[in-house]
Amino acid sequence: MEYLIAFVIGGLICVVGQLLLDVCKLTPAHVVVTFVVIGALLDSFGIYDQLIKFSGAGATVPITSFGHALLHGAMAEGKEHGYIGIAMGIFKLTSAGITSAILFGFIAALIFKPRG
Amino acid sequence: MGQLNNKTNYKKNIKPYQLKPNYLMNCIKAFLVGGFICLLGEALQNFYIRFFDFTEKTAGAPTQGTLIILSCLLTGIGVYDKIGQFAGAGSLIPVTGFANSITSAALEHKSEGIVLGIATNLFKLAGAVIVFGVVSAAVLGIIRLFIMNLLG
Repeated sequence: MEYLIAFVIGGLICVVGQLLLDVCKLTPAHVVVTFVVIGALLDSFGIYDQLIKFSGAGATVPITSFGHALLHGAMAEGKEHGYIGIAMGIFKLTSAGITSAILFGFIAALIFKPRG
Repeated sequence: MGQLNNKTNYKKNIKPYQLKPNYLMNCIKAFLVGGFICLLGEALQNFYIRFFDFTEKTAGAPTQGTLIILSCLLTGIGVYDKIGQFAGAGSLIPVTGFANSITSAALEHKSEGIVLGIATNLFKLAGAVIVFGVVSAAVLGIIRLFIMNLLG
């Protein structure tokens, strides 16, 4: 059942992105940026946490969770250390994702040949 | 002809000649592919919870890491771009799309060298995501902290 929920919620988030692409004629970069900002907005009042609790990977895999995780880490440190904590904690939760993306993106670019 | 090439009405004049996107079909494709990637993520998450020492809260990081590795590999062998052509936002919105944009930008500029080509262009497309994510998170974080301090 949890797999079905993850599938449906993740799919629906992608449909919203597809509609932004087709109907609003936004470029892919604009759509992704919009989703990150929406994710950060939804972190307020714990809305996104509820969504993660409900749908698991359906909410953590889309890029909205990147914005959510940025703000979430920032707030956790901010509560302890005040305003300077926001700068300290902003990459705390997303560190693994960004590090692996840089590392493996670099390695893949070294190994593979460009095509097209 | 003069009317068709009129600059002010250009966008309106070319409209009948542009291909109309098939909204429903595109949405179904995006739903299926995006849903499938999230399904894969859910399976990975359960795998990490069961066989390694991760809790439900911390399992997100290795899951995203695994998906990113997969996406980098698929981009390298040229498969992810084909998925992207089929699925549109279905492969763009999941975290795999972020990894794909990093790898494809680096690959595209590989001929310019490792430092000036790969390393400089790594964040050519993904930079916007990080910049807007950090800016919006910092602004919202300051606002929320300010309100929390006001309320005591």
